[in-house]
Amino acid sequence: MKRRHSEKSELGETRKGSEPPGQGNVPRPRDSNLKIAIVDESPIRAAILEDGLREAGFTLVERIAETRNLLARVYAMDPDVILIDLESPSRDELEQMFQVSRAVKRPIAMFVDQSDTASIQASVDAGVSAYIVGNLQKDRIKTILDLCISRFNAFARLQGELDQAKDALQERKIIDRAKGVLMKAKKLSEEDAYALLRKTAMNEHKKIAEIAQSVVTAAELFK
Amino acid sequence: MTETKLRIGFIPLVDAAALLVAVDGGFTKAQGLDVELVREVSWSNVRDKLNLGLFDAAHLLAPVAVASSLGIGHVRVPIITPFNLGINGNSITVSPRLYADLSAAADGDIADPLVSARALARLISERKNRNAEPLTFGMTFPFSHHNYQLRYWMAAAGIDPDEDIRLVVLPPPYMVDSLASGHVDGFCVGAPWNSVAVDLGVGRILHFGCEIQSRVTEKVFAVRERWATEHPDTLNALIRALAAAADYIEDKQNLDAVSTIVGKRLGVESEVIMRTLTGVLKVATDGTTRSSDRYILIGRNNAMRPDPVQAAWIYAQIVRWGQAPLSEELLNLAQAVFRADLFDAVIGAAPSPNGSEPNDGIGAFVGPNFVPDDIAGHLASWRPRRSERPRLSIVR
Repeated sequence: MKRRHSEKSELGETRKGSEPPGQGNVPRPRDSNLKIAIVDESPIRAAILEDGLREAGFTLVERIAETRNLLARVYAMDPDVILIDLESPSRDELEQMFQVSRAVKRPIAMFVDQSDTASIQASVDAGVSAYIVGNLQKDRIKTILDLCISRFNAFARLQGELDQAKDALQERKIIDRAKGVLMKAKKLSEEDAYALLRKTAMNEHKKIAEIAQSVVTAAELFK
Repeated sequence: MTETKLRIGFIPLVDAAALLVAVDGGFTKAQGLDVELVREVSWSNVRDKLNLGLFDAAHLLAPVAVASSLGIGHVRVPIITPFNLGINGNSITVSPRLYADLSAAADGDIADPLVSARALARLISERKNRNAEPLTFGMTFPFSHHNYQLRYWMAAAGIDPDEDIRLVVLPPPYMVDSLASGHVDGFCVGAPWNSVAVDLGVGRILHFGCEIQSRVTEKVFAVRERWATEHPDTLNALIRALAAAADYIEDKQNLDAVSTIVGKRLGVESEVIMRTLTGVLKVATDGTTRSSDRYILIGRNNAMRPDPVQAAWIYAQIVRWGQAPLSEELLNLAQAVFRADLFDAVIGAAPSPNGSEPNDGIGAFVGPNFVPDDIAGHLASWRPRRSERPRLSIVR
């Protein structure tokens, strides 16, 4: 196997042997010495990803927060792998690295190739793209990419749940206001007001929140 | 009849107008198409999502369509275009300071690109003598006319764009900031960003793209070759909708409506869009304007029809700047991207050539006529490059 980073890997493996055992529960992968750069506009998602990578034993992880003059920052850090969020317009700047050979020690190539459309599809779906520097074998960063995809998806799920929670809160507020309107207008107890909303919703095959919204709107019209 | 659902990607630029108006103006709906437009942030994303099938079609830099079909810079996915979205539309904008320096160094009218390029060459050698940092110019993508037009202009005065200056890729929305902060001294980009720089007082439009080359295909409506083969009826319906939208755009009565639709999608004042579409641009903050009737061509002067000469021109630039070797095979692949046959089958054969269009189809401001069959000869007419250099330089 042709490996560009052979010296580095061997060094890593020697170091690994001399390390005290029990550092984390996860055995350190043989590529724990890979330097990974994260370019992500969302600090929270970047932190989730960074944590995940550290848990998996990759210790050399750094987020590039400032995307101004991105290439210079990337060169200064000299990473083996670059993970970039697809919502970052700076992705086009990274593409320039394919073209440059003077300023970088080694050329950079996107890790996905034609034989690997499933991977590229999964990563684009998740909203992340990976670049590797040099001739790093594809399978060696499979762990990283898989982890990246699952963390990005987890983040999207969390975001979705947060949005749902916000919606639910909003709905409860509307229902409370509608209850208030009904209690005042029809002299109902809170319980009866809610029962009326629920019954109407069931009869009309609508959500309680929708009926509540109509009540609130109507009440505003009659003001 | 059920509507065909389509997802089409675009970058917020004025030359997406035919696509935006086709959808928001109801032209695609009239063809039985239900199009979802997806705004993207980078050309890399547009290319990848088109290549992967996440988009059915896309607003794309014409050179990216060629590069993708040749498999350079990225994986090879054959892309074709049956429709040009825009001819021309770029400008070269420089900082007020560089403009003042160029004016002082100019030997003649600085509006002449050869005069300005020679002035730039003088500034460069003067900077070298005093060991000053090289000037930096921004452009949008390695495979773009922004890159090639800057290089063409500079090289006309003997400047080696890989050696004498720095060229950096910048996302269009970052251009203006970068000019204001001094990260770049100038840039070449499409509308509306040149006008935005002028309005903010941080830039001065030095040249229109059409002053460098009178006619280049800037953006195309791109689909995967395979998709085109599998969906001929949908593709034809799209071509009809786009052509109707492009005609609508060129009717001056619709200028307001068009500028509103495009402005809304881009998040820019419609007045700025109007300047681009009419080709009357404020070039300096003091209100000086310059105009051209070919600043951007969308539906007129046969702009919609794919032209294989344009594909050959793009390939010649790719070769000239070391992005791919010269070969008959690659030239043929490049020319096969521009599918005039698909356009003609729907819209009809081309009208007789317009008198105002350049003889060789390109109309560069300097250099010999372009002959697609003799790219080697064309390239040989330029000064040999000093040595084998890396293709782009970067800021450290």
